[in-house]
Amino acid sequence: MIRVQNITKRFGNFPALHGIDLDIQPGEFIALLGPSGSGKTTLLRIIAGLEFQDAGQVLFNGEDVSERSVGERGVGFVFQHYALFRHMTVVENVAFGLNVRKRKDRPTKAEIKTSAEELLRLVQLEGLGKRFPGQLSGGQRQRVALARALAIEPKLLLLDEPFGALDAKVRKDLRRWLRDLHKRMGLTSVFVTHDQEEALELADRVVVMDHGRIEQVGTPEQIYMEPATPFVSYFVGETNRLPASNGTETLHIRPHDIEIVETDGKPVLVDNVFRKGGVWRIEGTLAGSDQIIEIDLPADRAAPEPGQSVHIRPARSKIFTTNANGVQP
Amino acid sequence: MNRTRSTTENRLTQASLIAAALAFLAFFLLLPLIAVFSEALEQGFGAFADAVNNPDALAAIRLTLLIAMISVPLNIVFGIAASWAITKFSFPGKSLLITLIDLPFSVSPVVSGLIFVLLFGAHGLLGPWLAEHDVKIIFAVPGIVLATVFITFPFVARELIPLMMEQGKDDEEAAVSLGANGWQTFWHVTLPNIRWGLLYGVLLCNARAMGEFGAVSVVSGHIRGETNTMPLHVEILYNEYDFVGAFAVASLLALLALVTLVARSVLEWRFDLHHEGARH
Repeated sequence: MIRVQNITKRFGNFPALHGIDLDIQPGEFIALLGPSGSGKTTLLRIIAGLEFQDAGQVLFNGEDVSERSVGERGVGFVFQHYALFRHMTVVENVAFGLNVRKRKDRPTKAEIKTSAEELLRLVQLEGLGKRFPGQLSGGQRQRVALARALAIEPKLLLLDEPFGALDAKVRKDLRRWLRDLHKRMGLTSVFVTHDQEEALELADRVVVMDHGRIEQVGTPEQIYMEPATPFVSYFVGETNRLPASNGTETLHIRPHDIEIVETDGKPVLVDNVFRKGGVWRIEGTLAGSDQIIEIDLPADRAAPEPGQSVHIRPARSKIFTTNANGVQP
Repeated sequence: MNRTRSTTENRLTQASLIAAALAFLAFFLLLPLIAVFSEALEQGFGAFADAVNNPDALAAIRLTLLIAMISVPLNIVFGIAASWAITKFSFPGKSLLITLIDLPFSVSPVVSGLIFVLLFGAHGLLGPWLAEHDVKIIFAVPGIVLATVFITFPFVARELIPLMMEQGKDDEEAAVSLGANGWQTFWHVTLPNIRWGLLYGVLLCNARAMGEFGAVSVVSGHIRGETNTMPLHVEILYNEYDFVGAFAVASLLALLALVTLVARSVLEWRFDLHHEGARH
């Protein structure tokens, strides 16, 4: 089990992390989700040993590894821009971690070659071993980086924005592939992302971070349906934020949780209607205010026309005290 | 790169700019180069060979090679160490170090030479102590080495710092995360990444080490056959109206410059190729 205890980190005057606590169970697939500057990458690098905390501990199976270097921690790290060694072939890249071992721990040349080829088969790059990284596509490079990290048989796999530099189609394929790989190998993995869709799709548990703090830890279902803070509600998925009539609370309503009713609802002036995948997206303004409302309507229903007035009612909403946490995101 | 219409001058402007540049180059570079070689060979190849074969000339060539052989490796080590420190770590005084590396470029070489005379000369700060222990630095080979190392130390570092800054430290972090130690990381990852830039810096460093006049002139003492480097030897011969001798040795230096130029172009070509490979 990986335990992060009360981790604090500053970069000069910039506080990157304040008192982070997190437990990661064996075999779990964890997403660190947050906007840039939330501290998610710093946390990942501290777990890896590429960065060192000012206070707090990192424990691997109950053992304090805070003072150990990245090489001694036995973690596999996949960099956002792959960081492949460009003067080495794909096979040489994958074999690097085995080749730099001390002689007594180093497998024979033949064993290294066999395991590198096995890993290339695992990441579906058989036959590309003799190429150089410059001759591969982005998705292929990412898989080489993964094979290289797996070669040292890490106890923990850490991935920094693993799909960040890829285009949308490749990203989706690779995402599915990585999830299958994780299921098959059962290796404890943590990845950093700013893309909520990625986090919800891949992770067993999502850690939502903002301003160097953990806002919520939970399953994708919990994060989406039961956001603990206004920030989580706003950052994960789409949310309409409406001031409640008492003035001290804010209602957070997902666009698909709004119903259009005949009477008894709040009147909304429809500004724009467009097809958004399987639903109608209606953009409107709450009558008598400049509050913008987004509504998703099942596509089998007739969509209202722009300029029309409709009545709405929230089917489900979440109430937060305004200025909870000091700030409204 | 595609030229857009807005950056394309009309043909007349283009032609006259190119002509002006070419005329300038011909007058200031090509003509002197031709003059050096034609003066050197004016009295035939025999006279040229005699001038180069002269014991003092040979001593100057040997000394120049020796100086380069000592100062270039020193500056390779210094250059790599300084650029590594500057690009991979943050520490107090970093920007001061960057400024100091440029110092030899901004100080007149004569002043650089004088610094060493003031430090190690007979009336210098450490002069009496050195005399007591019978160590000769000024007007001897060690002084020339010191001055040359000082003059040439920016070349390697200047070449490597921007290159290593651009490359960042991802590759090194990846190597370390895979279990490599510091030396393995440097040897297998950093050095291959910077090899073309390093070679380029070494080339420029070497050319300057062999060609330096000002600083070396101050500390050398101009003892024929002992402390005369090639550039100093050229000056002495020229002042003695031995034009064939002066230009013969000068032509060797010019040849060195030409070889450096060619090697530099080859390196630049490889360097670009290498960089492009890294991008795609």
